[in-house]
Amino acid sequence: MKLHLRSEFIIGSVLLLAMLVIGTINPAFWHLDNIFNLLRNNIVIGIMAMGVLLILISGGIDVSFPAFAVASAYITIKLVVFWQLPGVLLPILMSIIFGALFGLINAFFVAKFKMIPLIVTLGTGGMVRGFLLGFVGTSMININKMPRPLIDLSKLEIFSGLNADGTHYGLTVLVLFYVFTALAIHFLLKYTMLGRSIYALGGDPVSAERAGFNIPGIQTFIYCLAGALAGFAGILHNSLIWLSNPRDMMGFELDVIAAVVLGGASIFGGKGTVLGTVLGVFMLVLVKNSLIIMKVDTTWQRVVVGVIILAATAITAYRDKKTNA
Amino acid sequence: MLKNAQPNIRDFFNKNNNLLQLIAITVLIFVVMSALNPVKFLRYYNFESIAFSFPELGLLSIAMMIAMLTGGIDLSVVGIANFTAIIAGKLFQATLVGKDLPPSVTLMYVVLGIVIVLVVGALAGMLNGFLITRVGITPILATMGTGQLFVGFSLVITGGPAIVGFPEMWSMIGNEKVLGVAVPCWIFFIVATATAYILNKTSFGIKLMLIGTNAKAAVYSGIDKNGIILKGYMLTGVLSAITGIIMSGRTNAAKSDYGSSYVLQAVLVAVLAGTNPAGGYGTVFGVFIAVIGLMFLSSGLMIMRFSNFLVDFIWGAFLLLIMVVNYYNNKRRAACK
Repeated sequence: MKLHLRSEFIIGSVLLLAMLVIGTINPAFWHLDNIFNLLRNNIVIGIMAMGVLLILISGGIDVSFPAFAVASAYITIKLVVFWQLPGVLLPILMSIIFGALFGLINAFFVAKFKMIPLIVTLGTGGMVRGFLLGFVGTSMININKMPRPLIDLSKLEIFSGLNADGTHYGLTVLVLFYVFTALAIHFLLKYTMLGRSIYALGGDPVSAERAGFNIPGIQTFIYCLAGALAGFAGILHNSLIWLSNPRDMMGFELDVIAAVVLGGASIFGGKGTVLGTVLGVFMLVLVKNSLIIMKVDTTWQRVVVGVIILAATAITAYRDKKTNA
Repeated sequence: MLKNAQPNIRDFFNKNNNLLQLIAITVLIFVVMSALNPVKFLRYYNFESIAFSFPELGLLSIAMMIAMLTGGIDLSVVGIANFTAIIAGKLFQATLVGKDLPPSVTLMYVVLGIVIVLVVGALAGMLNGFLITRVGITPILATMGTGQLFVGFSLVITGGPAIVGFPEMWSMIGNEKVLGVAVPCWIFFIVATATAYILNKTSFGIKLMLIGTNAKAAVYSGIDKNGIILKGYMLTGVLSAITGIIMSGRTNAAKSDYGSSYVLQAVLVAVLAGTNPAGGYGTVFGVFIAVIGLMFLSSGLMIMRFSNFLVDFIWGAFLLLIMVVNYYNNKRRAACK
C-alpha cells in the first residue's frame, strides 16, 4: 500500500500536527515533565490495547478486560498482603496468571460454543466484576496497606531531573514494560506462524479453517493472552497509583477500544498493527491530557472520547469501503 | 373448533421452542423462589414493587431486541434514556421551579416535556441509524461512540450531580396507579402491544425481520435496507426515551450515569427471550416473559439478602448459561433435520 494511505502514516501525521498545535498554544507542553507524564499515562491503556488489538485482528471484540484487570490485580494484592509475599516479580506473575485464567473463560465460550464475542465478554465482564465486589471485597487497599515493593517499583526512574522551582520529575521504569510488551506482540504478529494465523482467522474464518488452521486453538490463545495482558496492566496500574480499588476502570473499555480503532485496526478483523495501536493510544492520551492543560472542563472528556471513536471509525469505514469497491 | 385448536397449540409450541423453554424457566424460577422464601416472596408488596420496576428494563430490552433484529446492537440505550430525561429536567427547571403556576399550565409543560423527550429520542436513534447505514460504522462501535456522546452531553449539561425538581405530575407517571395497576406497567403494555403490532403487522416490521434474516435476499427483493434499519434505530431511540420518562418519573431525578448496568441486562433479556443476536428472530412477548423471569430471580435473591454485586454475577452467569443451552438446542434441532 502507498505510504500516504497507510493508517499509521495518517495517524502519525495527525499526531505530529496535534502536538505542534498544542505546543504552540501552550509551550509548557514541550517540557520534559509533561512529556514524561504523557508517556506514563500510556502504559496501562497501551498494554490493554495490545490485547484488544489481537482480538480485533481475529475478528472478535472484548469488553471484559477492564473487569479482568481490576479483578486480577485486586485479588493478587489481597493475597500478597495476606501471605506477606515479597518482591515485585511474584505479584506481577500472579496477576498475569489470574488474567489468563479469566481470559480462558472467554476463550471457552467463544471457541467451544462459537458464541458472539460481544455477548460473551459482556457476560463475563459483569460476572467477574460481580464476583470481585460480591465475594472478594469492596474496600480500597490504600497506600499504607499496599505492598511496598510495588510502590517502590513505580518510583524507579530511567531519567530524572529538577524543575526550575526545584521540584523533581522523572520517567518511571514501567514505561519499559510497555515498550517490551509492544515489541513482543509486534514480533508475535509479524514473524510467527501463530501471529499470521490470527490475521488469517480475522480475514476470512472459513478460508482459514480450510487452510488447516486450528481455529478454536488460535481463539483460546488470543483470549488467554488478552486476559494475561489485562492482568499485567492491572497490577502496573495499581503500582502506578499506589492503591488498588475494586471499582476502578469502569467504562475503561471504550477508551481502549477507541485507541485501537484510532490506530487503524478494523472491527471486521484481519487488519491492525502494533505501531498503529501505539500511535492510537498516544493520540487518545494526548487529547485527554491536553484538555486538562488547555483548561477545558473535565465534563467534556466523555464527549471528546465519543467524537474520537466516531471519527476514527468513520474514517476506517470509509477506507474499507474504498478498498472493497 | 376443539379439533382445530389442538394441533394449533402443538404447532405453536413447535414453532416457538424457545418461548416454551422460556416460560418453563420463568415458572421454575417462580416456584424455587417461592419455596425458598414462602412468606416474603409471595407477599403482595413484592409483586407490586416488581410491577413498578420491570417496565424500565422491559422497554430497554424491547429496544435492544429491535436493534438485534436488524443484526446490530444498541449500546447507547441507557445513554439516550438519561440524556432525554435530563433535557426534560432542564426544561422544567427553566420553566416551573420556583413559580406558582396553575395546574393547567403545568400540565401543558409536562405534555411539552414528553413530546420533547420523544423527539430527542427519535433524533438520537436517527443519529445511530445514520452512522450505521450511511457512514457504514459497525453498530457496536457506532452506538458505543454515541453512548459516550449522550453520557458526555448529559455530564456537560448537569455538571455531574443529578437533576431534581421534576413537577409532581411527572413523578405521578412513575409512582401512581390507575385502576389498581402501576402506571409504568400500563405504559409498558401499551408500548409493547404497539411495538408488537408494528413488528408483526406493518410492512415496516416485516421488512425489518427479513433484513435480519437475510440482508442480501432482502436487498435483492427490492427492500430499502438502509431506510428500514434507520427507522429501526429511531424506534429503538423512542423506546429508550420512554424508559427515560419512567426512570426520571420514578426517582424524581435524572443523572448521567443512572442505571448503567441496564445495558448488560437488556442484552441478557433480549438473548434470553430467544432473540438471535445475528438478526431475524425475536418477539415482544418473549421479552416480556424473560424480563418477568429475571425480576422474580433478582427480587428473590434480594429477599435472601444477596448483595447487588452477587445479583450482577448471577445475571452474567445466566446469560452465558442460556447461550450454552441454546447452542445445544440448535445443534439437536439441526441433527433432527
